[in-house]
Amino acid sequence: MLDVRKLTKSYGGPSGRRVLDGLDLVVRPGEYVAIVGESGVGKSTLLNLVAGLDLPDSGEILLEGRDLARMDETERTRLRRSRMGFVFQAFHLLPHLTVARNVGLPLALNGQAGNAVEQRVAELLAAVGLEDRAASLPRELSGGEMQRVAVARSLAHRPALVLADEPTGNLDPDNASVILGMLREQIKRDRAAGVLVTHSATAAATTDRVYELTRSGLHLRTDAPLNRA
Amino acid sequence: MSFAARRALLDAAAIGPLRQSPGRTLLAIIAIALGVALGFSVYLINRVAADEVQLASRSLFGMADLSVMAPGGGFDESLYPRLAAIPGIAVASPVVEAQARLPGRNQTLKLVGIDPFRAARLQPALATSGASAGQGQTLLSEDAVWLSPSAAQALGLAVGDRFDVQVALDPVSLRVAGLLPAGEYRQPLGMLDIATAQWRLDRLSRLDRVDLRLVAGADPLAVQDAIRSLLPAGVRLTTPGEASDDAVRLSRAYRSNLTALALVALFTGGFLVYATQSLAVARRRREIALLHAMGMTVREQLAASLVSGALVGVAGAALGVALGIIVARAGLATFGADLGAGYFRGIAPELTVHPLEALAFLALGIVAAVAATLGPAREAASVPAAAALKAGDEAPLAARRHGWIALGFAVAAGAALLLPPLEGIALPGYTAIACLLLGAVFLAPTLSHLAFDRLPAAGPPWLQIATAQLKGTARRSTVSIAAVLVSFSLMVAMAIMVYSFRNSLDGWMQRILPADLYVRSGGSSLTSHLDEAAQRAIAAVEGVARADFVRFQDIALPGPGLPLTVIARPIDEEDAGRILPLRRTDPDPAPPGTVPVWASEAALDLRGFDLGTVFDLPLGGQTLRASVRGLWRDYERPGGSIVMPREVFVRYTGDTRATTASLWLMRDADAEVVASRIRAALQRGGEFEIAVPREIRRLSLRVFDRTFAVTYLLEAVAVLIGLFGISASTSSQVLARRGEFGMLRHLGVTRGEIARMLAFEGAALGTVGVLTGLVVGFVVSLILIYVVNRQSFHWTMDLHVPWLLLAVLSLVLIAAAALTAALSGRQAMGEDVVRAVKEDW
Repeated sequence: MLDVRKLTKSYGGPSGRRVLDGLDLVVRPGEYVAIVGESGVGKSTLLNLVAGLDLPDSGEILLEGRDLARMDETERTRLRRSRMGFVFQAFHLLPHLTVARNVGLPLALNGQAGNAVEQRVAELLAAVGLEDRAASLPRELSGGEMQRVAVARSLAHRPALVLADEPTGNLDPDNASVILGMLREQIKRDRAAGVLVTHSATAAATTDRVYELTRSGLHLRTDAPLNRA
Repeated sequence: MSFAARRALLDAAAIGPLRQSPGRTLLAIIAIALGVALGFSVYLINRVAADEVQLASRSLFGMADLSVMAPGGGFDESLYPRLAAIPGIAVASPVVEAQARLPGRNQTLKLVGIDPFRAARLQPALATSGASAGQGQTLLSEDAVWLSPSAAQALGLAVGDRFDVQVALDPVSLRVAGLLPAGEYRQPLGMLDIATAQWRLDRLSRLDRVDLRLVAGADPLAVQDAIRSLLPAGVRLTTPGEASDDAVRLSRAYRSNLTALALVALFTGGFLVYATQSLAVARRRREIALLHAMGMTVREQLAASLVSGALVGVAGAALGVALGIIVARAGLATFGADLGAGYFRGIAPELTVHPLEALAFLALGIVAAVAATLGPAREAASVPAAAALKAGDEAPLAARRHGWIALGFAVAAGAALLLPPLEGIALPGYTAIACLLLGAVFLAPTLSHLAFDRLPAAGPPWLQIATAQLKGTARRSTVSIAAVLVSFSLMVAMAIMVYSFRNSLDGWMQRILPADLYVRSGGSSLTSHLDEAAQRAIAAVEGVARADFVRFQDIALPGPGLPLTVIARPIDEEDAGRILPLRRTDPDPAPPGTVPVWASEAALDLRGFDLGTVFDLPLGGQTLRASVRGLWRDYERPGGSIVMPREVFVRYTGDTRATTASLWLMRDADAEVVASRIRAALQRGGEFEIAVPREIRRLSLRVFDRTFAVTYLLEAVAVLIGLFGISASTSSQVLARRGEFGMLRHLGVTRGEIARMLAFEGAALGTVGVLTGLVVGFVVSLILIYVVNRQSFHWTMDLHVPWLLLAVLSLVLIAAAALTAALSGRQAMGEDVVRAVKEDW
């Protein structure tokens, strides 16, 4: 479970610009939430803090009860490696690894190898409809296919938290819809906590709850159409 | 297109990229600057030295049209009045020349004996500057010598001071009677009356030269024919121009070798520009695609890239020219005009730079940079706009293989090796080396595939990612491999060549110095020598079992070229192999009526003195028939030499003087004790050296190492440029792969793992470059040893490979490549890389 408490972050020192001020957020296992908001309000800052790539000025970021703000960089990196998954707008697949090896990368990073890895990769590729592209290189795939691989990769090691940053920003509506559906399905299946950062109302609608980040803080939007499936 | 529009376009596509990566731009500029600076400084030093030698040589001939000369022993003075009487000769000025040893000073001084009244008619400087009559009268004094200001300064002498010169083993006192005009006589020399010179320098009735001026309107060909008809064997007619050319010819091969080595630095500098430009294209792929999309034509893109390269070239070359002048000035001051090789002792030229020379090297630097940009520019122009602008697009990094081009260069290298040297310069050998290096560069993509395609995907994830990266980015890998390959192969080639030369020289000295003790006083043209009295005294010293006396004498053979050195020593066909490092011997007996001689490899190359050759040898004004019985290796005389029995030499020349004594000691005799006895027996005030072979070898190898000091410097620069190449390549790759590194950091890859990944990639690329460099360097060393050296210096050497040194150098370079890659990739570990996952279109 992700539990963010009274999170504060400024840039440019204590007297600098305060981006996040006393922010709270809880995402339970199997929950999938969206964070929307204007550019520059701190969505990426929040995501970096939750991912342990940056440190808050104050507050706590608890993942499965462990506070990221109290960990050193190596501990945060190892936690990210074992308990988090990421989906990026620009896919960011390793161009020289095959689809299967890209998907299996988080497992390899966690020291897993052999049949179990192969089975898990095959299972995920089947789930995202790319079982016949396992040996392909990323450059041989379409944008939608690449993002499906990224989704599979983000879930390969059964993370506790999946962070998706505008995962459909580079895709056409049909492909975007497929990807968003897959992401939700996989998060639900693995009972991960999912956080989707997006500008897209359509994308946000695929989540369980939508929060809007504004300069005054994080607000639950009750008017948003939500996917309750 | 308007000027403003062009300027905007230029700023976006040509200047912008340079400004965008100031560090790499600076690196490329420095690489070109270093190449130009090295080339220009070596050229300037060589040119200034050659100018100075020629000027010095010509100043002694003055306004003479022709000169009759015999190097070494000279000729009988009875020739002089006969020459002067030839119709068409206006002035004949006799000259005695000698290189005088100066006891107690460890220096020599060129002494020129002239007839002041006649010489003044050929050398107006003598007449105008010192009032020839008065000066002549002063010169006519029996111990008077006029010094050039440079000689006076070097020896610390002023007018009125006295100093000694050594003739045989006896000191002869001379008085500084005046100073020659500095402008006309720049080199260190002393001028004295010819009668004084003949008497005091033990050259009675001998002349070395007669300078001749023709009557205006005289038929030069007829006069030359008349002169030739009077010349005895070994005396030749030449022009002052030819004579001064001879003075610089001796060092030409050495100078051309240095220039070639310096140009290699420019080549590697150009290569670095190629590396930075091609990686900039990879990095700017989307930017270039955007410019295409916005309407920039392929031609404009090509031009912009070339302008970008030219700007780097202009900046680098301008810096290089300035740096070259500074380095040349420092080099002249520190190492002298021959950079420590010993060809131009006593020459202290001032640096002059002609604008055209500076412009030529400026152009060379710009051409190198533009040529290096050509490939990347074409690649930039061919970036497909639509594909490159698509998210997730990656530049095609599979390398194009150029196996056929590589093969073409290899064939060209082979063909070049079949060609003879050009004007005595091993140009075909250098061309072959350049072709081989270019071929190796074009072979790099194939090597990259061969090396990395079969790498197993095993080990920790960072290793697997690094392996996949190496397999998938052959085009980028090619640049790094080629950078290491070029610089390391040159380093290997030079290391093997120098090691082979040093070992061969050492082995040669062991063969050429078979005796227990050596006494030496002077050389082929020095006034000091061992006369008969000294020889008798040495032979009679207690403890000496056998004494061989050797005489070195330069002689002029018919036709152009450097004088041939005759080495007269006790030798016969039976023991020649014991005394000389023979390469081959003639099994057939010498033809009847011929004198057996043993020719050096240079004599074979330059004069065609092969085994069994019978030729006319001018000696003591006579001609004898000589037959080549064997070929030997001589590292001392690149102009060629022959060894002949001393008794024949003495019989023909009447010259009983010796330059060196080789002494075999009695079984129980101690070399130190015998040396002391010799010193006691030869106490005549003059100087001579006594040394055991070990000491001679040590001193010679020290000179060898000093001579090659400058080549080590050039090698180091080449390797440094190679490492710059890896650094530039890695830095650019890290920039190009920021998204990838950012993603990996998100996935939980630690900074240490990324550093290990980059270090492994650097080490892998370095290893392929080093291994290939070893092979190419070995082949290049064979060309240097068997072709370039033979064509330049006309001597052979045995191949010796410094295995340990090469192993250490290989490991150091691979480690340096890994370290350079890891350090250059520091950006890959920073926080900004984490944010790079957001930097997308």
